[in-house]
Amino acid sequence: MAKQYTEDLISGLKKDLRDKEERDDNAVERIKNGFIRFKTCKFDKCPKYFQELAEGQHPKFLVFACSDSRVSPSHVLDFQPGEAFMVRNIANLVPPFDQLRYTGVGAAIEYAVSSLQVENILVIGHSRCGGIERLMSFPENGSAPFDFIDDWMKIALPAKLKIKAEHSCLSSEEQNALCEREAVNLSLVNLLSYPYVQKAVADQTLALRGGYYDFVKGSFELWQLNTELSPPIIIP
Amino acid sequence: MAIVASTSLSKHPLFSSSFLPASTTPTKIFSSKLRFRETEQIRFRLSTFFNNPGFLLMASKEPVGLTTELGSDKIETAVGVENGCGMFDEMKHRFLSFKKKKFMENLEHYLNLSNAQTPKFMVIACADSRVCPSYILGFHPGEAFIVRNVANMVPPCESGPSETNAALEFAVNSLQVENILVIGHSRCGGIRALMSMEDEADSSFIQNWVVVGKNARLKTKSAAHNLSFDHQCRHCEKESINCSLLNLLTYSWIEEKVEKGTLSLHGGYYDFIDCTFEKWTLDYEGSNLKESDKFAVRSQSFWC
Repeated sequence: MAKQYTEDLISGLKKDLRDKEERDDNAVERIKNGFIRFKTCKFDKCPKYFQELAEGQHPKFLVFACSDSRVSPSHVLDFQPGEAFMVRNIANLVPPFDQLRYTGVGAAIEYAVSSLQVENILVIGHSRCGGIERLMSFPENGSAPFDFIDDWMKIALPAKLKIKAEHSCLSSEEQNALCEREAVNLSLVNLLSYPYVQKAVADQTLALRGGYYDFVKGSFELWQLNTELSPPIIIP
Repeated sequence: MAIVASTSLSKHPLFSSSFLPASTTPTKIFSSKLRFRETEQIRFRLSTFFNNPGFLLMASKEPVGLTTELGSDKIETAVGVENGCGMFDEMKHRFLSFKKKKFMENLEHYLNLSNAQTPKFMVIACADSRVCPSYILGFHPGEAFIVRNVANMVPPCESGPSETNAALEFAVNSLQVENILVIGHSRCGGIRALMSMEDEADSSFIQNWVVVGKNARLKTKSAAHNLSFDHQCRHCEKESINCSLLNLLTYSWIEEKVEKGTLSLHGGYYDFIDCTFEKWTLDYEGSNLKESDKFAVRSQSFWC
């Protein structure tokens, strides 16, 4: 009986290993086919374009988009290689300037604005964002904390507080949809806390734009953050 | 939809009691006092407003050409005088093209996706405009949860919360992806900055971020010190991917799944000079990670 048990155990482990290898092989096959298709249908057809690109990138956009698998800006807005320096994170958030805490995003903004001199920063939110849903429901729903996600989503807390205060009568789905857009606006405002962004916006060499992709309705909204100073009131 | 945020100008440095000639054009615009880790994060005082959307683009079930543009003439004029008028048009055309060729052609698939995403991959790639994983590896919507940062770095667990490990937590624990693929690439500006660093304590964001890859730099300097700087950078680009794979294992909930065999860690290197792609998989069982920081790889392949 012990022998049978051991044999069953070994057979089970071998099956697990085969399944895992098969999963790995399928995954590899998927990536390989994707790359071969890119090479034959795109790279090899435009060698001069890709050769120039290899020498240096000059994107006009810095794009912040969510990591969500459904919202790649390369699909939705057809960004071609070389067009957009792209940061993707949970809920497409831009934290305020903080050299200790948010070096990742800061590095991307610094590089894009100071070195690459992009002309536009586009922050794209989207429908049914898991990060925003988490922000709006935790900790009120009493669920266990996600250490890293919850810490990251705190960036958007002002957006949550605003929506909860102004739209408390709406359903949670409607509140989430509003918060998704409000978080984009918050990110645009946070961008202005980076000195090189401030300067470029003041010099009018950089535009800050917000976007919202609704993949339920199949729609896209686009807007711009304008900043202006009214003329001074002169008090003699 | 119009979201308007306006703040008063009363505390702006320009509005002091001293006389200001009418012709003064203020060059210093922002007076900002930033408070971090509090709910009110920004206190700068100027008037900001958000344009009404120039365009609201709808996909409908009617034939092509039936799109709805929101906005009165006044709004369109306001948009028109902005530098970005051409940009808005361009975005509009691209979105409509996506809607027609992809969204409407695969409506059922997109409707299913809108209910839930179940990607099998999490990809960590560089923010470089030339290396979008959706483009070069052909990931379709729903297939890959993608994080992009400067130099495709994964900080270790002990460095504390960051956007990259928040995304890892979501992808691994919530979406339960089966693969994590870290993709590096040729001529990476971030790696170049890492290799050029003279002094670790620097005030620039870029250097404060890429210092995550300092182990890769040490290994490169040790293994490739006799090579040219360009070749050292290339070596470091690949070494950094391996360091990121090791850093992934510093997260206990990742290591658990790798050990169980429900999660695989892969490295990838895209060379956009020759258009080649190298790929390898971390062999957890074949490595002795408690003894050293070298790991075994399997399923190495090179596509060209």
